[in-house]
Amino acid sequence: MAFENKIDVEHPVHDIRSEAFKNFEEKGFPTKKEEAWKYTSLKALQKIDFSIFPKEVDALENKQVKKYFLQEIDTYKIVFVDGIYSSFLSETTHDGVDICLMSAALTKPMYKQYIDVYFNKVASKDDSLTTLNTAFSREGAFIYIPKNKMPKKPVEIVHFSTGNEASLMLQPRNLIVAEENAELQVIERHQSLTSHEVLTNVVTEIFAAESAIVDYYKIQNDEKTASLIDNTYINQKSKSVVKVHTFSFGGKLIRNNLNFYQNGEYIDSTMKGVTILGDKQHVDHHTLVHHIEPNCESHQDYKGIYGENSTGVFNGKIIVEKIAQKTNAFQQNNNILISDKATINTKPQLEIFADDVKCSHGCTIGQLDEDALFYLQSRGIPKKEARALLMYAFANNVLESVRISELKTSINRLIAEKLGVRLGFDL
Amino acid sequence: MLKISNLHAGIENNEILKGINLEVKAGEVHAIMGPNGSGKSTLASVIAGKEEYEVTEGSVVLDGEDLEDAAPEERAHKGIFLSFQYPVEIPGVSVTNFMKTAINEGRKARGLEDMPAKDMLKLIREKAELLEIDRKFLSRSLNEGFSGGEKKRNEIFQMAMLEPKLAILDETDSGLDIDALRIVANGVNKLKSKDNAVIVITHYQRLLDYIVPDFVHVLHQGKIVKSGTKELAHELEDKGYDWIKQETAI
Repeated sequence: MAFENKIDVEHPVHDIRSEAFKNFEEKGFPTKKEEAWKYTSLKALQKIDFSIFPKEVDALENKQVKKYFLQEIDTYKIVFVDGIYSSFLSETTHDGVDICLMSAALTKPMYKQYIDVYFNKVASKDDSLTTLNTAFSREGAFIYIPKNKMPKKPVEIVHFSTGNEASLMLQPRNLIVAEENAELQVIERHQSLTSHEVLTNVVTEIFAAESAIVDYYKIQNDEKTASLIDNTYINQKSKSVVKVHTFSFGGKLIRNNLNFYQNGEYIDSTMKGVTILGDKQHVDHHTLVHHIEPNCESHQDYKGIYGENSTGVFNGKIIVEKIAQKTNAFQQNNNILISDKATINTKPQLEIFADDVKCSHGCTIGQLDEDALFYLQSRGIPKKEARALLMYAFANNVLESVRISELKTSINRLIAEKLGVRLGFDL
Repeated sequence: MLKISNLHAGIENNEILKGINLEVKAGEVHAIMGPNGSGKSTLASVIAGKEEYEVTEGSVVLDGEDLEDAAPEERAHKGIFLSFQYPVEIPGVSVTNFMKTAINEGRKARGLEDMPAKDMLKLIREKAELLEIDRKFLSRSLNEGFSGGEKKRNEIFQMAMLEPKLAILDETDSGLDIDALRIVANGVNKLKSKDNAVIVITHYQRLLDYIVPDFVHVLHQGKIVKSGTKELAHELEDKGYDWIKQETAI
């Protein structure tokens, strides 16, 4: 891929972008020689001649894409088609809260104060793919929730890719700010509408001020030709609670870089993931929790079911600074391999400099429990269904913390569908 | 109903059952007693079809049909139920959803449609009442964090739901206090009819005060070494198993 320098010099964040571009030029795409990319190769993707600036596309009909939105409840929607904002499919607001577009936030004077304070402030200035996004992103979601506010409904950020371009690279950029005591729920989804090469390199910055609550759900259930590199950076202040759920059920190659920075005390950071893969799919979860201040907690619970030739990676890094006493950091990664050819590489990476902390980590890789299978079979549930039910139960356990019940139901269904379970009960 | 003939079975070349003969007729309650390691739980698992046990000789026949090639679920569909000594914890599946799945899979095997939701709820409520089970309990994950007594009560609840022809209760009394024991036994007795049969596997005579057996068999070193009526259970309670061991040693 070749990146022309199409940077607009008049742009308000021009300096940030040139700096970012310089960094990317120096570093280039990560290779397997780098420890963090040991198990995930971007080589094949780099050979594809992606269009970076797509041409205008025909509008999508609502009925074509309806099923990709949350059913049964109303939501705010920020929708993009081949990287371009679709006002027709979207529902934004400025009523007490701002749920709108990144391009508007970057150019309108009224948002300058927020851009100055937050844009590119927690995102890495060093990570090559993040800086690539910083240099070239044109659009994305901008959400600003002022002090003590909560939007009336959840926000869905959805990126559709139509296949109008044979191969397309998208670089969305989201900025989400929840001020003191604000609350917000966001669902993010990337969806190809046809089978075509698409590479999304998305960067999301989330700022949770004191006592803010942010629930963020990522639905990764794309076509087998779609690849996603998700770079999410979260800056938390005291007493804030941020939970990120990542549901990885489909796609060609998915890399999740999820980074939490705890800049305050009594913070709660939660990362949960369900990964169910088959075919030759590949998912790589890289999490980082940086415990910078005392008295904070982090909880990680990732579950994976790998079939056929799929491959998975879980790398969970926890850093506890010397002054971050009374830190509670928990990390759990459990995997079931249902095929001899599937592989998972799981690795906890703990760097603890404080002495009064509770850190626990555990990872398991196994097959289904034979005793549990026999138990279900002895009640008349055939082996195939029993296996599916056990896998369903294994994955489903992570969903308890999903606070939007309609979303929970829809994820439940996706899991059942993914595992080919005919559940003898309604969800 | 059940006819076990010269049954030899074991695990990884280690023979545990060494020629069991047992016949259970409809309407009967049989107790199988014996010291630890005599093969009681193995016998229960083999009847239920646990795959890790290998049957090397003999047969288990239910209603004239040899069960040799039947998978555990097929045996369940034919009416065999095993109440586990150690029920498995399954986080993520509620008791209710588990029962719905089990009932509907059973119906499917018999060529029936799923049970209508309304009937299912009614049945669950009815059987839960029989076992004095709280409704909140039914929405909990199967056996997860249940006390020993709750697990056993839940096993009998499942038995009540599935209405088996032949129920095997494997050490159902272990871990139960006297009140729970009474509830569980009462449940079993209410389910008892002239058309079904129960095999009670127990180490102690205690449960047999509540579920009164027609026949008592003593299992020792993989064989039934003595059979009798309920008085035999009392004798064992008084004298322990040593005299049986001595008798069979001669």
